[in-house]
Amino acid sequence: MTRHYSALSVLKEGLNGQKGWAQAWRSPSLADRYDVVIIGGGGQGLATAYYLAKTHGVKRIAVIERGWLGGGNTGRNTTAIRSNYYYPESTELYDLSLRLYETLGKELNYNIMLSQRGMMQIVSSPAEMEMAARQVNAMQVNGVEAELLSRAEVQRRVPIYNYAPDARYPVYGAIYQARAGVARHDAVAWGYARAADSLGVDILQQCEVQGFIVEAGRCVGVQTSKGEIRAERVGMVVAGSSGVMAEKAGFRLPITSYTLQACVSEPVKPIFDTVLVSPMTGTYVSQSDKGEMVIGGGLDRVPSYGQRGNLPQLETVLSGLLEMFPIFRQLRLLRQWGGTVDVTPDSSPIFGESPLPGLFINGGWGTGGFKAIPAGGTLFAHILATGGHHPISRPFDLNRFRTGHLLDEAAGAGIAH
Amino acid sequence: MSGWRTGAGWALDRSESLSFTFDGKTVPTFKGDTVASALLASGQRIVGRSFKYHRPRGFWGAGSEEPNGIADIHGAQHRPNVQMTLEPAAQGLRLRSINGHPTAEHDRMAFLDRFSRFIPAAFYYKTFMRPDWHLFEPRIRAMAGLGRLDLAAQGFGPSASVNTTCDVLVVGAGPAGLAAAKTEAKAGRKVILCDEGMHVGGSLLYRPARIDGQEARDWVAAMVAELTALGVRILARTTAFGRYDHGLTGLAEAQPGGAAPRIWHVRAAETILAAGAIERHLPFANNDLPGVMSAEAGLHYLARFGVAVGRRVVVATTNGTAYDTARALHEAGAEVTLLDLRGRAAAGQHPFRIIAGQTIETALGRRQVEAVRLASGERIEADTVLVSGGHTPTVHLYSQAQGKLRWDEGLRAFLPGDPVPGLRVIGAAVGIYDLSRILPGQGVVATAYGSSTALWPKPRAKGRIWLDMQNDVTTKDVELAHRENLTSVEHLKRYTTLGMANDQGRMSNLPGLALMAELTGRSIPETGTTTYRPPFSPVPLASFAGLRGGELMNPVRRLPLEAEHRVDGALFREYGGWLRPAWFGPDEGAVMREAKAARQGVGLFDGSPLGKIEVIGPDAAKFVDFIYYNTMSTLKPGRCRYGFVLTEGGAVYDDGVLVRLDENRFIVSCSSSHVQGMGLLLEEWRQDKFDRSRVVIHDTTANYATLTVTGPKSRDLLQAIGLEAALDDASLPHMALTLGQFQGDEVRITRVSFTGDRSYELSIRADRALGLWRRLKEAGRAFDAVLLGGEALMILRAEKGYIVIGKDTDGRTRPMDLGVKGPFEKRKGDYLGRRSLHLPAVADQARDLVGLESLGAEPLPVGAHVVETVAGKRRSRGFVTTSHMSPNLNRPIALGLVEGGSARMGEVVTLHHLGQEVQARIAPVCALDPEGRLLDA
Amino acid sequence: MQLFTCPFCGPRPETEFHFGGDADNDRPGAEASDASWTDYLFFRHNRKGPAREIWMHLSCREAFLMERDTVTHTVTATLALGGEA
Repeated sequence: MTRHYSALSVLKEGLNGQKGWAQAWRSPSLADRYDVVIIGGGGQGLATAYYLAKTHGVKRIAVIERGWLGGGNTGRNTTAIRSNYYYPESTELYDLSLRLYETLGKELNYNIMLSQRGMMQIVSSPAEMEMAARQVNAMQVNGVEAELLSRAEVQRRVPIYNYAPDARYPVYGAIYQARAGVARHDAVAWGYARAADSLGVDILQQCEVQGFIVEAGRCVGVQTSKGEIRAERVGMVVAGSSGVMAEKAGFRLPITSYTLQACVSEPVKPIFDTVLVSPMTGTYVSQSDKGEMVIGGGLDRVPSYGQRGNLPQLETVLSGLLEMFPIFRQLRLLRQWGGTVDVTPDSSPIFGESPLPGLFINGGWGTGGFKAIPAGGTLFAHILATGGHHPISRPFDLNRFRTGHLLDEAAGAGIAH
Repeated sequence: MSGWRTGAGWALDRSESLSFTFDGKTVPTFKGDTVASALLASGQRIVGRSFKYHRPRGFWGAGSEEPNGIADIHGAQHRPNVQMTLEPAAQGLRLRSINGHPTAEHDRMAFLDRFSRFIPAAFYYKTFMRPDWHLFEPRIRAMAGLGRLDLAAQGFGPSASVNTTCDVLVVGAGPAGLAAAKTEAKAGRKVILCDEGMHVGGSLLYRPARIDGQEARDWVAAMVAELTALGVRILARTTAFGRYDHGLTGLAEAQPGGAAPRIWHVRAAETILAAGAIERHLPFANNDLPGVMSAEAGLHYLARFGVAVGRRVVVATTNGTAYDTARALHEAGAEVTLLDLRGRAAAGQHPFRIIAGQTIETALGRRQVEAVRLASGERIEADTVLVSGGHTPTVHLYSQAQGKLRWDEGLRAFLPGDPVPGLRVIGAAVGIYDLSRILPGQGVVATAYGSSTALWPKPRAKGRIWLDMQNDVTTKDVELAHRENLTSVEHLKRYTTLGMANDQGRMSNLPGLALMAELTGRSIPETGTTTYRPPFSPVPLASFAGLRGGELMNPVRRLPLEAEHRVDGALFREYGGWLRPAWFGPDEGAVMREAKAARQGVGLFDGSPLGKIEVIGPDAAKFVDFIYYNTMSTLKPGRCRYGFVLTEGGAVYDDGVLVRLDENRFIVSCSSSHVQGMGLLLEEWRQDKFDRSRVVIHDTTANYATLTVTGPKSRDLLQAIGLEAALDDASLPHMALTLGQFQGDEVRITRVSFTGDRSYELSIRADRALGLWRRLKEAGRAFDAVLLGGEALMILRAEKGYIVIGKDTDGRTRPMDLGVKGPFEKRKGDYLGRRSLHLPAVADQARDLVGLESLGAEPLPVGAHVVETVAGKRRSRGFVTTSHMSPNLNRPIALGLVEGGSARMGEVVTLHHLGQEVQARIAPVCALDPEGRLLDA
Repeated sequence: MQLFTCPFCGPRPETEFHFGGDADNDRPGAEASDASWTDYLFFRHNRKGPAREIWMHLSCREAFLMERDTVTHTVTATLALGGEA
């Protein structure tokens, strides 16, 4: 059986008809008791299991997934990875994630195709340039490299953008983070799953959590479609189902679920080599390694669990994209889809013990969970292993919605809402 | 070189010979051809290359299911990745195949196929990790993708979208769709009928049949005439690409010229899905070779375009439909052998060789098919293989409408399960293939579909059997995914890229699923089906944009006096969605001149976007008390008061002056960028907390222009133009209001100041503002009046330390940070955001608005952060929000939000800006005239 | 594009509406505890399935109650708040 991945092993297997590959992960049967049960087999849940086993040496870990691994937002997002945040608390979280991503392929022995092609946020007025300077300076003060590009520098790097004098939103410059980029989303989920499985984590797909086992006011396990499972600690990492799980556990969360759409064009040869966002059109885009333009925009306006795209938002996003890149008028839309994102009042995530003792939460990532998978997993593993916060996760405790210590990045950008 | 033209082909107009080029070669064609039919007629077999193994690719189909025949069309308008089966041939088209280096015919990358065993599905997840992926990525990226964009060319032009409703939308104009449209139209319903083809008729365009004594095509023509007479709207070349919530169907209608297909948003009471079915491939080795085509496509090319696709043809089928193809090609002069996998041949006399109970094991040939070998070992020479592996109903829209598909074991297909309200599926899309059943009682004479058997790909087959021809996915790749336990259908798809090509798996999904079912010992429905996502076929991005773009993208709001300002040399910029003069003059130097002159004489500023939302009614005073942080009910009629409006979370949302016109009527003068937000906020709270019969909100912002006259000579100027109002300071003190007249129109005169100088805001009907503005300019000459742009006003207010919300505040700024603590400490009664000001975070996050003095000659950079080292870490303690060179103080001035700032007056702090450090001294907010004497000067 | 039925204007496209929050989220008085105030301010039912919400029709500026399903997007009822319609 070939387990290790390398060019050599692919060559060797090529001579062998690719017949000797081991399973990427097992399909185990569940035990009735674990140290930690993680609800949700997306990137965050699988990463949590991996770090619990690897960093904290926890032996008996189960990941329970209702559908298939990575089938929620991990497999539906537009794969941007960045740490261009304003507040130091956010910076610590997302830059930890970016640093972990930088070595993740080798660590997991799975090519996640991290492509640090930079991220550019277009600035469209003199007033926005001042706000952009505030942002870039905050990043630099917080120890994250960032640049404020001039119009000429933007034009040199992205010549196909719209620099026409009558462009609706002129280019004055851009915020640029060179270390930002994209990665292959499925590979992140699969890489963590394979690595966690090899450390003995039981990953069970097609298993739905139906309720929590509560004894003496404490969560001591879960009821699933495949029977009861007891655990010392239970973690829920269920983007798009937080409201459902919270209701089963008997509490409310500061979360509203919305549809976030994305779409891709037909693939074409490489023409565009960064991740670019225009806040004025509300559209962002990158070109995948396969050649598709991967396109996203803002949330749909109607709260929903529908996991499907609609037309008004698509039309808004694509008209924005064509305003940014007139040459994309040559392209056609290949696929449109939607995911359910859990949005908190400050658009920052929630970590920590839930109102039901013994049940811990990692959630509320809104549109930004993919880029935080390694950090989210690391921090949540710490919380599940120790029962207490990591210094980086503490500011993100649910309790901030009781004290008012919100971490609203939009507030940093001058918006009161 | 196998295809040739017969004499037939009803779609062609042979009166004119045209030509286009393909990979530089000239291809003759006729009007009525598609690019694909012309290429086939010319004998061009290899029309592209697969992107991974660079295998030669020929046409498979004749419609939107085509996975292989994709090319870029060059010209002044450039269109990459065009399906040649749908593209009308036209004089002078220049086509370039995809992934051929340099041409599809001669591809120097073809050697890659010899290494295919080393590059199976997903090999890239296992390799390229050392030394680093970024070293490999550019090469991999260059290999991927289909066509190219052309930087020198245009894309699709704009097309306006159409919104419409109807009683019945019929998708698909084959026999089932035509018949349904007629039934509905005859019942008096408003019907729209659409079809993606160039001609309506579906399979009747090429399949031999008689209906009601007529030839099928004559019956179609009669139906079209009848439907037209009944008022049915028939849209050809129109794809129903998506089904969305609440019965909305999106159509894309091809447009002549360079315009993008037009989007139709159709809201139909009922949608009838008659989208037909597409033919399946058969699993045999080398089934991807050029010359292997769909049997139906072979018939289609012959009947419609007079193109016989081969001379020595093997037809392999699992059902009766391919007999039509075999007979037609035989009659056209081809040598035909038919392999009927069913135990025995269809009844009747057949003038060609039939081998029953057999099918192809392997296609032979290097660059195109040359022969086939059967399981029996027999070898049959053939230049063309036409295949019918059964049919897959086209149910995408049903699935997109949240319908749940069910597996029909008899038909071996996924069919619509439970009904979806407002959606009916008919004809071949529900597995009814026989024309006599689609058009019962209409004297149909046609070949019967008969029984059908299915042949799914099997594990451990010899040779390579293709499932997805565009993405080069073979049965071995599915087996690999199974071996590695990526067995869920979504994992299969993502791991192997099966069905991810731009035909969206129309052909490949089901055989892949069937093989995975076999491998895992599950049934096909247990294995699952993938989600069908819009669009059904690729739709240009430009179609979705419609006319939105340039000026029509989030249109700017314009001043009533814009034309006048342009005459006066204004440079316009967008501020909060409004297009406003930034300054008057050829260069930015005007800003300093304007700001200086306004303090010496008089400045005229067009402040028309200023919010003017009226709050009216007996509870109006109670209402504004709740809305504002400051107590407002004590304001006397005829007076104004400055105040803050908070969010419910306690942050400062807006600031501005509240004007009390009389006991029960106020005007909320909110920031111009917040007019819509404030209107909504006021309306929400009015309806939520107040008796709506006792207070109403009325936004009059657009009704009035507001012209600001500021400066020491402002009163003199107003008196000179005669506004029929007492303007002396006793009658009209600062923060008071009076009503005047100008040429018979009421002018509301409020004495408020955003400059620190004596100032008046004149509000007049927007359509009469020009007269007043011109009068002010004219009379102003005597007072050295200057036109003020927005930039100069920003300096004037900064000299006074007056804030701009969103610039000098952020989403964490509370009113106390701005030095307004009275209401927080003393005010009784509830108001918006009040309770949030007492949450623990408020004290922790407190900052103060302060002045900042540059220690150098240059103004401080806006956005620079005040930095200090806290517990070994550099931390921001605040930032510069506003900074200018003051022309009136002749020194730089700045404002900022700084932690503990008001207790640190005179302290020197370090600022970080783009890697540099500068020093600044904390100072009072107000740099000019702190005593406020200028207000009455 | 969903269609919502404004009790005053009839069925209109979703783009004309503004989401106002849970229907039963009453505003506590000024003397509320931190817990009940932040319950009101931040915490939501976020129901998957049937939900009762306040919406405003931006064209006529009337708020109303809407009962709908957050998965199927079926709207079961829209009701004027003041009983005018």
